Amino acid sequence: MKAVYGLYPDGHAAQQAVNRLRAAGIPEPDITILSARPMEEYEFGRRDKGTWMWWFACLGGALGMSAGYGLSWLTETSWPIDVGGLPIFAWWPNLIIMFELTMLGAIVATAAALIASALVPSRGRTLYDSEVTDGQILVGVENPGEAAVHDIEVALSAPPGARVKSR
Amino acid sequence: MTDLTSTRINNDLTRPLLQTSWRFYALAAALGSIVLTALVAWMSQAYYGFGVTGIRWPVYWGFYVTSFVFWIGISHAGTLISAILRLVNAGWRRPVTRCAEVITVFALMIGAMFPIIHLGRPWLAFWLVPYPSERMIWPNFRSPLVWDFFAINTYLIGSVLFLLLPMIPDFAVVRDHSKGLRHRMYRVLALGWRGTPKQWHRLETAMQIMAIAIIPVAVSVHTIVSFDFSMAPVPMWQSTIFGPYFVAGAIFSGIAALILAMAALRRFLQLQAYLQPLHFDNLGKLLLLMALLWGYFVFNERLVVYYGNEPAEMAVFWRTQRESFAPLYWTMVVCNFAVPLVLMGIRRFRTIAGCVVASFAVVVGMWLERFLIIVPSLGAKYLPYTFGIYRPQPVEMIIAGATFAAMAFLYVLFAKVVPIISIWELKAGEHVSRESRPSVEESHLGQVQP
Repeated sequence: MKAVYGLYPDGHAAQQAVNRLRAAGIPEPDITILSARPMEEYEFGRRDKGTWMWWFACLGGALGMSAGYGLSWLTETSWPIDVGGLPIFAWWPNLIIMFELTMLGAIVATAAALIASALVPSRGRTLYDSEVTDGQILVGVENPGEAAVHDIEVALSAPPGARVKSR
Repeated sequence: MTDLTSTRINNDLTRPLLQTSWRFYALAAALGSIVLTALVAWMSQAYYGFGVTGIRWPVYWGFYVTSFVFWIGISHAGTLISAILRLVNAGWRRPVTRCAEVITVFALMIGAMFPIIHLGRPWLAFWLVPYPSERMIWPNFRSPLVWDFFAINTYLIGSVLFLLLPMIPDFAVVRDHSKGLRHRMYRVLALGWRGTPKQWHRLETAMQIMAIAIIPVAVSVHTIVSFDFSMAPVPMWQSTIFGPYFVAGAIFSGIAALILAMAALRRFLQLQAYLQPLHFDNLGKLLLLMALLWGYFVFNERLVVYYGNEPAEMAVFWRTQRESFAPLYWTMVVCNFAVPLVLMGIRRFRTIAGCVVASFAVVVGMWLERFLIIVPSLGAKYLPYTFGIYRPQPVEMIIAGATFAAMAFLYVLFAKVVPIISIWELKAGEHVSRESRPSVEESHLGQVQP
C-alpha cells in the first residue's frame, strides 16, 4: 500500500484527523495535508511556515545592485562620453540603473526561491486527489508501515464527514 | 467553505476555458483583423519610409510617443493597484487583482512596441542593443531613454512573474477539471502543485515580497517616463512636478482601464456573482480621488507657468488654453475632471454604468493629456525657426487606434486560457466572509477531539 488518506469537508474535521494521527504515533513529517486554499486559521495550516525566502530576495537584490554598478561602471569607463560636463561616472543617473536592477534581482530571486523550495517534489511525495480542488481537505500518510495501517485508518475515519481511501 | 461553493466557483470560472462559443471566434476574428490592418499599415510605413507619417521637424514625437506614454500609464492599472491592495489586505480586491495584473502585462507589451514602430528602419533595431561590437555602441547611462529601457523591462518582468505565480494553483484546478491535451498542458503549467501548507506559505510569502518590490518599481517607471520630457529644454516640459504628475495620471488612467475591462468581463463571461457593484463602487471612489489629484497637479503646473510669465512657456500655455489646441485641452479637462467628479462624486451615479461612462471619459481624456504635453511644446520651442505644426496621417491613426483592439484581442485570448479571476484567492475570501474566525484557538491546537 502506497498511501492511506481521508478527505474532509472542512478544516475542523481535517484538524481532528491530524490530531488523531499524531496521537496514533505518526511522525509529523509523514503526515500529508492538501487543501484548495491557504488554511492558516487552523493549526495544521501553519506547518512549515519558516522560510528563507526573504533572505533569498535580499541576496538577489544585492546581486542585482552589484550588476547595476558593474554594468554602468564598466561601460562608462570603457567608452567615456562627455555629456554636458557631467562626470564620466555620474552617481545620480547611475543610481536609477542600480535601483532597477536591485529590484529586478530581488523579484527574480523570489520567484526562483519559490519554485526551488516549494514546487520541486520532496522525497518522492506524490499523494494527490483531484477532489482537493473541489474543496475537500486531504489528510494522509504515504508509504505507511503495514503495522500502522489499521491505526491510521481508524484515526482518519473518526472525524465527521470523513471518507477514507487507500491506494 | 462548503463543497458546493467551492465546486460552483470552479465551474463558473473554468467554464470560459472549457467551453467555447461562436461568439469567442467572432470577437477574436474581428479584433484580430483590426490588428492585422495595423500590421499592414506599419509594413507600408517601413516600405515607403517615415514620410507617410505626419512626423517631421520640429515635431518628431506625435501619435506614436503619445501612445507609448499612454500605454505605459495604463499599465499602472494592474500590478501597482493589485500590490497595494494586497499589502493593505483589502478583502474586496480578490476578484479584481488578476483582471488588473493582466492589463499591466499587455499594456506594457503594447507600449514597449512603440519605440520600435517609431524607427524608420525597424529591422535594424538590434543596432540599439548595447553589446561590445565593431560599432562601439555603448549605452549612455545618463540618458533617460536608457533609464526607460531598464525601468520598463524590470516592470515587465516583475509584472509577468507577479501575474504568473498566483496562477499556478488555478492551473491545478483546470488540470483537475480537463481531459486530453488540455489536461496535459495544464499539468505542465501547474508545476506539480498539490496545495500543501508549505506551498501555500511560500506562495503567499513570495507574493508579499514581490508586492513590496513592485510598488517602487511601478512608481519609478512612470517617473522615468516623465524624465524623457522634464530633462529636455523644451517649454513647459522642464518641471519638477512632472514625476508625481505622471505617476498620478498613470494610476488614474489605469483605474479607468480596469473598470472598463471588468465591466466587459462581467457582461460577456457572465461573472455578475463575482464582479459585483461593490467592486465598481470602490474603484469608482478611487477614480474620484485620482481625478481630484489630477486636477490638483494640473492646477499646480498651469499656475506656476502662468505666474512665471516666461515668453516661450506662455506661448505654449496660450496655445493650449485659448488658441489652436484649446478644443482638445478643454475636452481633456471635462473628461478627466468634470465627468468623474460628477459621476463618481454623487453616490446615485456611482453605479456600474456610471463607472463605465466616467472611465471611458478618463481614458479619452488621458490620451489627450499625453498628446497635449507632447505636441504643442514641440511645435513652439524657444526660437521662432523651430515653430511648426503636426498633422497626424492615416498610418499613425490606424496604428494608434489598433492598439486598443490589440489590447482587447490579447485580453480575450488570455481569458480563454487562464481563469480571469483568481480561483484560490476567491475561495479564501469566501471563507473569510462566510465564517467568523472559528474556535481553532480554543479547540484545534493539537488536542484530540473527544
